[in-house]
Amino acid sequence: MSKVSMVLNGKTVSADVEDRTLLVSFIRETRGLTGTHVGCDTSQCGACVVHVDGKAVKSCTMLAAQADGCDVVTLEGIGSADSLHPVQAAFREHHGLQCGFCTPGMIMTAVDMINRHGAGNLDEATIRHELEGNICRCTGYHNIVKAIKAASDQMAGMAQAAE
Amino acid sequence: MYETNYHRAGSVAEAAEKMAGADDGKFLGGGQTLLPTMKQRLAAPSDLIDVTKIAEMKGICADGDGVSIGAATTHAEVAGSDLVKQTLPGLASLAGGIGDPAVRHMGTIGGSIANNDPAADYPAALVALGATVITSKRELAAEDFFTGMFETALEDDEVVVSVKFPGAAASAYAKYPNPASRYAMAGVFVAKGKDGGVKVAVTGAGQDGVFRMSAMETALAGNFSPDAVAGIAPNADDLLSDLHGSAAYRANLVTVMAKRAIAAAG
Amino acid sequence: MAVEGIGARALRKEDKRFITGKGRYTDDMTMPGMGFAAFVRSPHAHAKVTGIDASAALAMPGVDAVLTGDQLIGDGIGNLICGWMIHSKDGSPMKMGGWRALEPEIVRHVGQAVAVVVADTQAQARDAADAVVVDYEELPAVIDPLAALEPGAPQLHPEAEGNLIYDWEIGDEAATNAAFEKAAHVTRMEIHNNRLVPNAMEPRAALAGYDAAEEHYTLYTTSQNPHVARLVLSAFYNVAPEHKLRVIAPDVGGGFGSKIYIYPEEMVCLWASKRVGRPVKWVSDRTEAFLTDAHGRDHRSEAELALDADNRILGFRVKTVANLGAYMSLFSSSVPTYLYATLLSGQYDIPAIHANVKTVYTNTTPVDAYRGAGRPEATYLLERVMETAAREVGLSPAEFRRKNFIRTFPHQTPVIMCYDAGNYDATLDAALKAADYDGFAARKAEAASRGKLRGIGLSCYIEACGIAPSAAVGSLGAGVGLWESAEVRVNPVGTIEVLTGSHSHGQGHETTFAQLISERFGLDTDAVSIVHGDTDKVQFGMGTYGSRSGAVGMSAIVKALDKVEAKAKKIAAHLMEAAEGDIQIEGGELKVAGTDKKLSFTEVALAAYTAHNLPEGMEPGLKEGAFYDPTNFTFPAGTYVCEVEVDPDTGKTEVVSFVAADDFGNIINPMIVEGQVHGGITQGIGQALLENASYDENGQLLTASYMDYCMPRADDVPSYQLSTHVTECPGNPLGMKGCGEAGAIGSPPAVINAITDAIGNNGLSMPASPEKVWALCQAGMRQAAE
Repeated sequence: MSKVSMVLNGKTVSADVEDRTLLVSFIRETRGLTGTHVGCDTSQCGACVVHVDGKAVKSCTMLAAQADGCDVVTLEGIGSADSLHPVQAAFREHHGLQCGFCTPGMIMTAVDMINRHGAGNLDEATIRHELEGNICRCTGYHNIVKAIKAASDQMAGMAQAAE
Repeated sequence: MYETNYHRAGSVAEAAEKMAGADDGKFLGGGQTLLPTMKQRLAAPSDLIDVTKIAEMKGICADGDGVSIGAATTHAEVAGSDLVKQTLPGLASLAGGIGDPAVRHMGTIGGSIANNDPAADYPAALVALGATVITSKRELAAEDFFTGMFETALEDDEVVVSVKFPGAAASAYAKYPNPASRYAMAGVFVAKGKDGGVKVAVTGAGQDGVFRMSAMETALAGNFSPDAVAGIAPNADDLLSDLHGSAAYRANLVTVMAKRAIAAAG
Repeated sequence: MAVEGIGARALRKEDKRFITGKGRYTDDMTMPGMGFAAFVRSPHAHAKVTGIDASAALAMPGVDAVLTGDQLIGDGIGNLICGWMIHSKDGSPMKMGGWRALEPEIVRHVGQAVAVVVADTQAQARDAADAVVVDYEELPAVIDPLAALEPGAPQLHPEAEGNLIYDWEIGDEAATNAAFEKAAHVTRMEIHNNRLVPNAMEPRAALAGYDAAEEHYTLYTTSQNPHVARLVLSAFYNVAPEHKLRVIAPDVGGGFGSKIYIYPEEMVCLWASKRVGRPVKWVSDRTEAFLTDAHGRDHRSEAELALDADNRILGFRVKTVANLGAYMSLFSSSVPTYLYATLLSGQYDIPAIHANVKTVYTNTTPVDAYRGAGRPEATYLLERVMETAAREVGLSPAEFRRKNFIRTFPHQTPVIMCYDAGNYDATLDAALKAADYDGFAARKAEAASRGKLRGIGLSCYIEACGIAPSAAVGSLGAGVGLWESAEVRVNPVGTIEVLTGSHSHGQGHETTFAQLISERFGLDTDAVSIVHGDTDKVQFGMGTYGSRSGAVGMSAIVKALDKVEAKAKKIAAHLMEAAEGDIQIEGGELKVAGTDKKLSFTEVALAAYTAHNLPEGMEPGLKEGAFYDPTNFTFPAGTYVCEVEVDPDTGKTEVVSFVAADDFGNIINPMIVEGQVHGGITQGIGQALLENASYDENGQLLTASYMDYCMPRADDVPSYQLSTHVTECPGNPLGMKGCGEAGAIGSPPAVINAITDAIGNNGLSMPASPEKVWALCQAGMRQAAE
C-alpha cells in the first residue's frame, strides 16, 4: 500500500491504495468518478483516456502511484452540463456518440489533439490518424471526425475573437 | 495484475540500489508494454522501480554532429524535438509513428529498447544509425545491445541512461503496421552516414528481432535509389510468420518498405 | 429545446449525461457490501473435468467462496436454453446439448467457466481464481464445422449424433432442380462468411443482490432486453419467480446482438449473491469477452444461380453449413434458418429457390445473432453471386441486377417472405448517381498512373426487420411472441412519461420516441421522458434487436397515444361543451374547430386528475397502455456502392468512397438514422477487410484481444455519402421499416466486389487481408507474365 496524492479535476485528493492500483481504478473506484471507462486490457480502445499534466494518457496503462504529485483531469473536469467544453458541445451537435461508452476517451483525446495541433489546424486525415488509439463500435467515426473538426474550428474562432 | 511494490528513483544510483534490494524487480519506464503484460498476468515483478523522474535520464541535446536522448524521454518528445527533426528526420518520424498519441506521451526510448520487442520501431533506428547505448554501467554499440527477441545485453541491475545517435546525411523509416496491433510487421530504417556509408535495419519481421540487410546496403552504396533494392529481399526462412502475415509476405514487405524509406530519405 | 416532431434532426436528449461523464453503466453501480466475482475458465477446448481443488484459493485474503457446477445443479439451477425450435427436414426436433452455467463434467470450449470465486475486491477474486486447481483430461477437439460433420469426428454432445444439430431446408427442391436443368448459364461459388466477435465497447457486466427478508433479487446487467432476461432466468433457470426478480439494464454501451442472450456469468452472479450472502459484481475483461460473448456469422456455403438465355434468373440453390459453436445460445437456431434463408431472394424476382442448412457443434465459442444476424450472410452470398454472374455473362453488374428486380408489390418470394413495398430502381439510381458510376473508368485510369488498382463494387440488399408477427414466428418455432408494449402516462401538469419495452443502448430512443409525442401533442420534447430498461417500471417488453424498436416499439407507443388522444379530446369536448369530433390538437392546445375556444394540454391533463368535471362515467386519470403485434416483417432495402484502391505492392485496400442509398420507409430523426448507417457500414467494412475470429487446430482463439482481432479504426474507413428514398411501409402506423442493421448487411459484398473488380481475381474470401490480396495480385502478375 502507498499513499497517492494528486490534483484531480482541480481538487487535491489522496488515498492509500495497493501499489498495483491503476490510475483508472483510482479515478473510478477510489474517487467514484465513473465517467472514465475501461473497454480493453491491451491499451488500445482508449475509453480510459485522461489528461496527466496536460497530456492525454491511457489511465488503464498507468499506475495511480505513477501519477502521484500530478495534475489529472478527467471528462468530468473539462465541462459540466451547464457549461460544456466546446468539444463536448460539438460531439452532441454532430451526433458524435451513440452508446456513449467510448465517448469519454474520444473527447479527452480530441481536446488533447486540438491542444497539440492548435485550434483550427486539423483536417479530416489528421483527425482520423490521431484517433488511432480510440476505438468506437457505434458511430463508424464519421460524426466523431466531424465533431472534432467543428470544435477545432470553433475554438480557433473563439481564440481569434478573444484577441 | 499481481500485487507489486512501486518505487520511484531520484537518481541512477538510487535506481540501481533499489533494484539490488528487490527479489525480482523491473525498471519501469513509461510502462506502455510492461503494464499491459502485468495486467494480463504474464509478468509478475515483485518490485517496479520507476526511472522516469531521474533528471539525468531525461532530455534531448546536441552531441557532436548527432543527438543524445535520455532514456526517460518520451516518444512524443523525440517526435516533437526540433533538434531531432533537423538532425535525424527519420528518427523523429519513427518516434511519431509509435503506438498512438496517448502511448507516445508515456512510452520512453529507454523502455522500448530495453524490452526489445521484435515488432518495436526504435531498434531499427539504433542499428541503422549506429547508435551507442549508454547504461548505468557501460557503453554498448546498438548491434551489441540487441541480442535477440525480447533480449538485450542488459544485466538485471543495469539500466539504460541515454542513447547517443551520430549525425547522418540522410535518414528515413517506413513501416507496414500490423492492421490490428499497429506494431510493425516490417519496419525498415535507412541511414546514409556522413561518410556516405549506408545502413539498412529491419524490425518487425525477423525471428531474432532487428537485423541489417547487408545486400541492400551494398546495392545502395553505389546507387542510393529505390530501384537499387527492388530485387532484394531477406531470406523468408529467417522471418516471423503468424496469422497476420507469412514469412514470404513479410519478406516482400521488407523490400517494399525499404524502397519507400529510401524514397523518403531522398 | 423545442417542439420537434417526426422528421426533425433533433439533438439527442440523452447526450448531456454521456458527454459530461454522467452516464450510468452497470459497472458504475454499487451495492453496499458488494463483493466481486472472478471465473475459473477452461484453458482447453474439450476436456473432462476430473477434479477441482479450491483449498488454496479459499485460504487467500478476502475470499468468501469458491462455487462450482455441482453446487449450482444441487441448488436446482436449470440449464441454459435455446428458445427457438427448428425441425430438421425429416421432421425431427433440433438436438440441443446440455449447457450448464458452471460446467462440472466436460468443458467444450476455451474460456468455459467451471467455477467462480467471490472475494472482497476484484483483484483478490482474480488472484484466488488463479489459485483454484482444476484437473482436466483432455479430449480431442474439433474446430472446423465441415470436419465436425465427418464420420469419426470428436463428438461434443451425446444428444447430437455426428455433431449435427439440424438438417433443415426451405423452398421447393424439385422446382429449383428443374430450373437448373433448363438454364442457359449457371454461376457456381463456394462462399465462406467469416466468424466475427461483436465487441460492444462496454464489456458485459452484472451486479446482483439478494434481499433475504423479502426473498427478492435485483440484477443490474448489460442487457438489450431485460424483461426477456427476467423471463428466462425465472422460467427456465429457476433463479427466482418473476415477481421476486428485478432486472435493470441501465445505460448499456452497445450491444449489436451480443447482449440479447442470457449468459452463464450473469446467472451465476444472481445465484452466488444468495449463496454468499452479499451482492456480487462481475465485469468482463476484453479477453473474457472474446472467449464468451456469442460470436457471429461463420457459414460455409455453396451457391448456384441459374440464368436463362436472356440473363433472367431461373433459380437459386444453396447449401450452407453453419457453425453454432459448443452450445446453442438463446436465438442461435433461428439465425441460419429463418433470418437467413428467407432472404435469399434478395431484390430479385427468382421463381425457384432451395436452401439446405446444416448446423453443427464445434469446440468453439457459441455463435448467435450479431448485427444483421443471418441477413448479412444471405446478402453476401447472393450479391457476390450476382456480381460474379454479371461478369460471367458480360453484363454490367448494375444492369444485370436491374434486369431481375422485383417491381410489383406485394411480392411473394419462394422462401416465405412477402415483400410489401419497395422501389429498388430508385435506390440503385440514387447510388449510381452519387457514386458517379459512369465516371469510374477515368478514376481507374488515374489510379493506375499512381500504381494503384481501383475497383468498384455494388450490393443491392434487402433485409427483414421489425420482428415480428407473433403468430407467424410462433408457427416457425419461436418460444416467445415478438410484439412490443408501451404505456403513456400523462402527469397532472401535462408532462409525459412513456414506458417502453424497447431498450436503448445507443439508438437514441430517449430522443426519437419523444419526437412522437412532440408531433402528436405539439409539446416540447423536454416535457417528455422515456422510461425503459427496468422490469419494476415497465410491465413487459421484448427489447431491442433486429431493428425492431421503430417499426414495433414505436408502433406500440402510437397505439397508446391514440388512446390518450381520444380520452383527452373527450375531456376537452366536455369541458368546452363542444362535439368531440370538433376538437383539434395543435401546438400543445386542444381547440374547438372554427371557434377561439381552447384549453392547454396541461389544463386537460389536470382536469383528468382533479376529476371534478369529467364526462359521465369516465374514469379519472390520463394513462394508457398498448401492445402492438406487427402484421408482417418490414423490408428495408437499398444499394451500396464501394470504390477501393488496392496497393499491389502490399495488398492493402483503401476504401476511397462508399455510397449508401437506403429505403427505410418513413424516418423520425434523420440524424440518428444516418448514425446507424455509418456504424453499420463500418462494421461491414470491418467484416470485409479486417475482422476474423481465428482459432488454431486445438481450439485456442488466436484473436482474443485487440492486438490480434482487428477492429476498424478511424483511419480504416472514409466519410460516407448517404441518401434515402422513401417507400412507406404499409404494415405499421408510422410507415417505418427500420435502419439499425442495414449498413452491416449491405456493405460486405460491395467491398469485396470492388476488390475483386480491382484485382481481376474473384477468388477472394473475407476478410480481404493485405496478405490475401497481395497473394492474388502476385498470382495475377505471374499469370500475365506467362
